[in-house]
Amino acid sequence: MEKIYTRPNALNKSVSGYCPGCMHSTITKITAQVIDELGIGERTVCVLPVGCGTLGALYWNLDMVISAHGRAPAVATGVKRVSPDSVVFTYQGDGDLASIGLSEIMHAANRGENYTVLFINNSIYGMTGGQMAPTTLVGQKTTTTPGGRNPDTDGFPMKMAELIAQLTSPVYVARFAVNTPAYINKAKEGIRKAFQNQLDGKGFSLVEILSNCPTTWGMSPIDTLSYINDNTLAEFPLGVFKDREEEQS
Amino acid sequence: MVNLEFNVEACKSCGFCVKVCPKQVLSIGEHINKKGYRYAQSDNPEECIGCKMCAAMCPDAVIEIWK
Ligand SMILES: Cc1ncc(C[n+]2csc(CCOP(=O)(O)OP(=O)(O)O)c2C)c(N)n1
Ligand code: SF4
Ligand code: SF4
Repeated sequence: MEKIYTRPNALNKSVSGYCPGCMHSTITKITAQVIDELGIGERTVCVLPVGCGTLGALYWNLDMVISAHGRAPAVATGVKRVSPDSVVFTYQGDGDLASIGLSEIMHAANRGENYTVLFINNSIYGMTGGQMAPTTLVGQKTTTTPGGRNPDTDGFPMKMAELIAQLTSPVYVARFAVNTPAYINKAKEGIRKAFQNQLDGKGFSLVEILSNCPTTWGMSPIDTLSYINDNTLAEFPLGVFKDREEEQS
Repeated sequence: MVNLEFNVEACKSCGFCVKVCPKQVLSIGEHINKKGYRYAQSDNPEECIGCKMCAAMCPDAVIEIWK
């Protein structure tokens, strides 16, 4: 018999610290598969955020640095510039990347740093118990928007992929989902492209992945699948917003 | 012939694999793992077509498949 689905080696043997059904686990798994398939595990450095993604410190089987909140792009810039043969990626939540770290990500993208950014958008602050994030949906209830996000006082959800795609330097900017097997396969291909661009020395790639947080959304894991389909996807369209390769061909 | 192997200690009972299986092969069983979760199991292995949807969907990389 042939093994047709394998647990990736870029994960260690432990059980992830994420909650049941949390797509941080899914996204970590498919990224680890890409790293295995590209054969780059020995030279990959993962720059972790502050947020639930920090739990990756006990789960990735890679070299890692944990950065201060929002500062992963700055740390990754340093790692990649002193060690250009390393394959460097940041793994950041939406509070980390779009709120406290907004400046770092915009300037790293604008400089066209040659690394890969994985942006896990679950539209809430998971780790701290469910406060509003810049990406929280209009009407979505959080501990800081108990009546639902009100655009008059809280603004509208920030679309980071679209914003970053407006800059000149980034080579690849795209958004994916992981709430169905077909979406998971597409997300994996997007992550692969974002790593391949770095290996080819092309420059900055950002992949935004729509995620869930069953715990702070107050839903069963299964219910988050249809919530993403009905609500998150209506606000955050999937697609490739920038691909330098296609612009040139 | 398809063989599904479950790393039951990593299962968190989310139910994703059960939901996406097109052949209703899987269920959440009665047994409980060390972390206190009722883990997924294969009830109808002979129905499995090896489509890998359950394994792809499983957040926690519980399922490995041989064909
Ligand atoms: C400087 C600083 N400010 C605030 C915090 C508290 N804090 C920890 S995680 C977090 C938000 C994380 O949310 P997000 O990036 O969306 O990740 P998630 O946990 O949802 O994956 C905050 C505000 C901190 N650790 N450090
Ligand atoms: S709190 Fe939310 S984001 Fe954090 S591990 Fe749990 S489900 Fe995932
Ligand atoms: S998808 Fe994975 S973690 Fe969820 S019930 Fe199935 S085997 Fe368990």
